[in-house]
Amino acid sequence: MYKILKKEQLTPLIFSMEVEAPRIAQSAKPGQFLIVRCGEMGERVPLTICDFDPKRGTVRIVIQIAGVSSNKVCSLNEGDSLTDITGPLGKPSDFMEFTPDEIKSKHYLFVAGGVGAAPVYPQAKYLHSLGATVDVIIGARNKDLIIMEEEMRKVCTNLFICTDDGSKGEKGNVTVLMERLVNEGNKYDMCVAIGPMIMMKFATLMAKKCNLPIIVSLNTLMVDGTGMCGACRVRVGGKTMFACVDGPEFNGYDVDFDEALRRQTLYRKEEQQAAAAAGLDFLVRK
Amino acid sequence: MANKIERVPVREQDPKVRATNFEEVCYGYNKEEAMLEASRCLNCKKPRCMDACPVGIKIPDFISEVLKGEFNKAYEVISEDSSLPAICGRVCPQETQCEGSCILGVKGQPVSIGKLERFVADCHRENSKDEPTPKAPESNGIKVAVIGSGPSGLACASDLAKMGYSITIFESLHKAGGVLTYGIPEFRLPKKRVVEKELQSLFDLGVKIETNVFVGRTVTIDDLMEKEGFKAVFVGTGAGLPLFLNIPGENLNGVFSANEYLTRNNLMQAFDEKADTPIFHAKRVCVVGGGNVAMDAARTALRLGADVTIIYRRSEKELPARAEEVHHAKEEGVKFQLLTNPTKVIGDENGWVKGVECIRMELGEPDESGRRSPQPVAGSEFIIETDALIVALGTKINRLIADTTPNLDTDKKGRLVTSSETATSRAGVFAGGDVVTGAATVILAMGEGRRAAKAIDRYIKERY
Repeated sequence: MYKILKKEQLTPLIFSMEVEAPRIAQSAKPGQFLIVRCGEMGERVPLTICDFDPKRGTVRIVIQIAGVSSNKVCSLNEGDSLTDITGPLGKPSDFMEFTPDEIKSKHYLFVAGGVGAAPVYPQAKYLHSLGATVDVIIGARNKDLIIMEEEMRKVCTNLFICTDDGSKGEKGNVTVLMERLVNEGNKYDMCVAIGPMIMMKFATLMAKKCNLPIIVSLNTLMVDGTGMCGACRVRVGGKTMFACVDGPEFNGYDVDFDEALRRQTLYRKEEQQAAAAAGLDFLVRK
Repeated sequence: MANKIERVPVREQDPKVRATNFEEVCYGYNKEEAMLEASRCLNCKKPRCMDACPVGIKIPDFISEVLKGEFNKAYEVISEDSSLPAICGRVCPQETQCEGSCILGVKGQPVSIGKLERFVADCHRENSKDEPTPKAPESNGIKVAVIGSGPSGLACASDLAKMGYSITIFESLHKAGGVLTYGIPEFRLPKKRVVEKELQSLFDLGVKIETNVFVGRTVTIDDLMEKEGFKAVFVGTGAGLPLFLNIPGENLNGVFSANEYLTRNNLMQAFDEKADTPIFHAKRVCVVGGGNVAMDAARTALRLGADVTIIYRRSEKELPARAEEVHHAKEEGVKFQLLTNPTKVIGDENGWVKGVECIRMELGEPDESGRRSPQPVAGSEFIIETDALIVALGTKINRLIADTTPNLDTDKKGRLVTSSETATSRAGVFAGGDVVTGAATVILAMGEGRRAAKAIDRYIKERY
């Protein structure tokens, strides 16, 4: 069992939890993810890793209520335990192979959509700690979905906030900010976009327009997360890849986002029925 | 003459009823049936059945104990060579192994060796319920790690534990058993009654298990040996990644690997409405492939309410699945579209499967596997309408262990290269099962696990 040591509510629907998982805390690297399970009939839910502390033997996860399973996880309190956590899964970010000297001279642009700020955090933290110039854009539909603003500010060079409705930061979506930053003369070596699939699609289109290389982190459907089932397969550069073992990070230019978006809807009907049955009416699309 | 008796039929659930539930299909023999069937064995001087058993179970010996009603003795005889008889009695391809070599099979029906093995194991389990748990053997304090809790890992762990080693199994999933848990369905291999009991007897020997440890990611083999004090490691991680068709449309919504479909249903219990994990409920399902996994997926889909067709490129004779599974699948109403190969998955305007384009095949000359190789018949394309396509074409190796363990040699396909004694190119690292052989059977994997246990014991005794 994996005890929850600390729980924080970041927004009405987004929670942060610090969980005892010593092995994962020892081995996790930026770019990787994990899978949690809650209850004996629980689903395996892939989640990003927001932070990890090898000394304390803890990992931090940030999770948004998006269905029955995430709601179960979010209903747990400090002192409760998750039934299972497996990880770290997937490959670490490419820059983990770079030497500190190489990183020092790099200029990174991170684009975080909503809860995507969580997996951006350890990446920005790592690069910033090694002296890279790190700009971060956090964007969301409205101010209630913007998370980790103050923490992020400490691990980056410049932080930009935007919301679709203008309720916080600049009005507009992340691509508007991306384009402006590039037009202002910022020379980025690499852009990394993590968030909803649709946001990563448009961030990639904007990156292409700006001639900016871009890495995206794909949040596909998964069951085991170890390469065994192929539920996470995605077309990258015309080839079928498994997000869990070949990714989760891929060159955005190569990803078939339309296929990835379509594959995410595979169990939409079942998810909606389950949400309705569990009384999670706010998740049910009319 | 003993062989005048007809092979004793085994009692089974009615096909119409079982097609709607996940209870075990076969009820197995009772004592009288088992003893009668045992009386058919000729007790050959040179038992061909034994030679054909991948682990060399002393088949005539255990059968003669059954004949005498000495079921516990029969169990002891089997246990000398097999650690999972309740499982192998259910899932071994007996018709190509022991029963396929039985002399009675030349003119009539071979002895029902698999059913007898299963009877002996089930009988032992039922009768040993009230006995006190056997005490774990005295530990020699030497730690050995077993990676993967499938058939090879379980067999290796069991033998080493009996020798006194301190064993920890590392399992990547949240539940132990490997393919016995995520792959083979309940209706063929009951989880609570059989698999969990076998696992429990292992834990009674003092074997520890750490679930949720994906070796290569959570911890490396070097970490286990250098930081955690394991003197040897057995790698029994299985075959890994499912193969897909490599035809247009394979990523349409409604195309699944059999691994995914079975894992959702078996490991995640999606057939139970209390489970949180969804499974795709289709009216019509096509399954591509002719092995046991294809049969399992087809019969699972059938039980979930679908009209199911198996598409296989060779003819019925070449179906690699156990004969009993093919027979059961047919009885339950699974249709077979033989000598047929998919060429394209067809989707509707939203990208959901609505059909599969196939081509008819004919059998040509035998290929290197000895099976006649199927050739497409030009211009014979046709479409089968379906809502889902489940692909059961086998697996390829997950290279994670090899990639994260320096100097661990693999072949071109990524399989770990081992000596005849299961040793890999890294001192202290042994391997067996599908990760060495490619996809094979439970009994072969188990046999390899046991051989590795012997090799590990020798290796450790030479050094420590």
